[in-house]
Amino acid sequence: MLSLHFKRALLDIRHNRLLNAVTITTIALSILIVSAAILFFINTTDMLEAWRRGIRIMVYLEDDLDPGRQQAIAARLKGLYGVQEARFISKQTALEHLRAQMPRQSAILEGIGQNPLPDAYEVQMIPSARTWEKAEDLAQRLEAIDGVADVEYGQRWVERFITLFNLFRLTSYAMGGLFFIASLFIVGNTVRLILYTRREEVEIMRLVGATERFILAPFYFQSMIQGILGGIAGLAALLIMFMLIQSKIQAVAVGGTVALRFLSPGLMMAIVAASALVGWLGCHLSLKQYLKA
Amino acid sequence: MIEPSAKAAIIRLFHVYRHYHAQNALDDLTLDIYRNEFLFITGPSGAGKTTLLKLLYRGETASEGQVLVDGINISRMARNRIHLLRRKFGIVFQDYKLIPTRTVYENVALVLEAAGRNARYVRKKTHSVLRTVGMENRMNALPPALSGGEQQRVAVARAVVGDPTIILADEPTGSLDAKSASLIMGLLKTFHTRGATVVVATHDRELIRSIPARIIYLNQGQITVAPTI
Repeated sequence: MLSLHFKRALLDIRHNRLLNAVTITTIALSILIVSAAILFFINTTDMLEAWRRGIRIMVYLEDDLDPGRQQAIAARLKGLYGVQEARFISKQTALEHLRAQMPRQSAILEGIGQNPLPDAYEVQMIPSARTWEKAEDLAQRLEAIDGVADVEYGQRWVERFITLFNLFRLTSYAMGGLFFIASLFIVGNTVRLILYTRREEVEIMRLVGATERFILAPFYFQSMIQGILGGIAGLAALLIMFMLIQSKIQAVAVGGTVALRFLSPGLMMAIVAASALVGWLGCHLSLKQYLKA
Repeated sequence: MIEPSAKAAIIRLFHVYRHYHAQNALDDLTLDIYRNEFLFITGPSGAGKTTLLKLLYRGETASEGQVLVDGINISRMARNRIHLLRRKFGIVFQDYKLIPTRTVYENVALVLEAAGRNARYVRKKTHSVLRTVGMENRMNALPPALSGGEQQRVAVARAVVGDPTIILADEPTGSLDAKSASLIMGLLKTFHTRGATVVVATHDRELIRSIPARIIYLNQGQITVAPTI
């Protein structure tokens, strides 16, 4: 019986090619946009995770501290919760690092005369404390230590980025919801139109003793096929776009620190399944209305 | 002709009315139709013949009164059980009511598929019935490619393929030439002799004369004395 309904659904798709093509394209576009947002979230989360793992806090000391005070500061640093290691970097070492990082600008550095860089401690955090909130908290405690001129953790701007990221996430949820509703509407409308064109056939089937389930099952199959095809087409379009722009984004946005990745096979299957579900639901809502009428 | 077996009524109508706005399509109709009977319902256009047939398969519901099919009051039948009632019937319409996008075979097989019969049975039974009505060689044709007579033979095949206890035919020869009409009536008679109750609504006197059967004459929704046929 299932194969009969499935065959019927495929025949109906063939008979109403244009209508089905429009529906499948709409679903594909919705899936493309929603999946692109998911892809963005996944890779951005990877990036944030990589940055989080590399959190280190630079503690810059006031000028001309005597060794005794330096040692006292070191002892206080190491005693703070969250600090795994504090490595002293003298102003001389810092200048040498700078020279090594900027070989082409060495002439500028030669001309500055006195070393302007401060002595500093590079603080590594214990793994359990490597969150943006805890890094901020530790930074504030480090700033409060007498003799500390400034504290900086390289990815402090990440906090602002996370705020933006969360905002984008909310926007995407809203967009996803809108596309979900749009897809339901389009699928429902397609079912309604096909039902309208086949109302005589439906009536004949009722007259020969067909149950509502028998009559309507092909519509469910058809809508689920639309959902699956739309889902696959949307993901295929996303994959093509991803392959085209992957290398450019990798170099510009991530700086090569994180390998960009596409959606996992499991997630792709879940998206296609969700797309099929959208098809089913759109059909169900439409048929419910039809049966009430 | 098979005599009605012990006058057992398979269909009973008690004081049935069917109103359309202010008009009575059926007016206090009481009637028994017997098992294995061949019955003609005749009368002028608008007499209520089609309405009466529709009441039997719940194409419409009686405004008042009771309609019993096989002892079941179908006026009270739940909507989700109507398909079971309709499987007792094989219905032949004047306009054939074939699905134009499905082949002859598919139109006939649909009845068995809808009843949940297995594929092998569907194939065997459909071929057999199409052979009986002489349409086996056209089973892959679509209805619009057939003549009126051929389409009605397919409609008869569809009506009998599910082995219904009752065959209803509403002006089954109304759109056909004399030869095709005779063929269709011959088929209905064949299925009647095989045990089905056959009810034919027609205003065609020639047709009524062609088969010895009980005749009900309807006029303005009431059974009246039939004029000479």
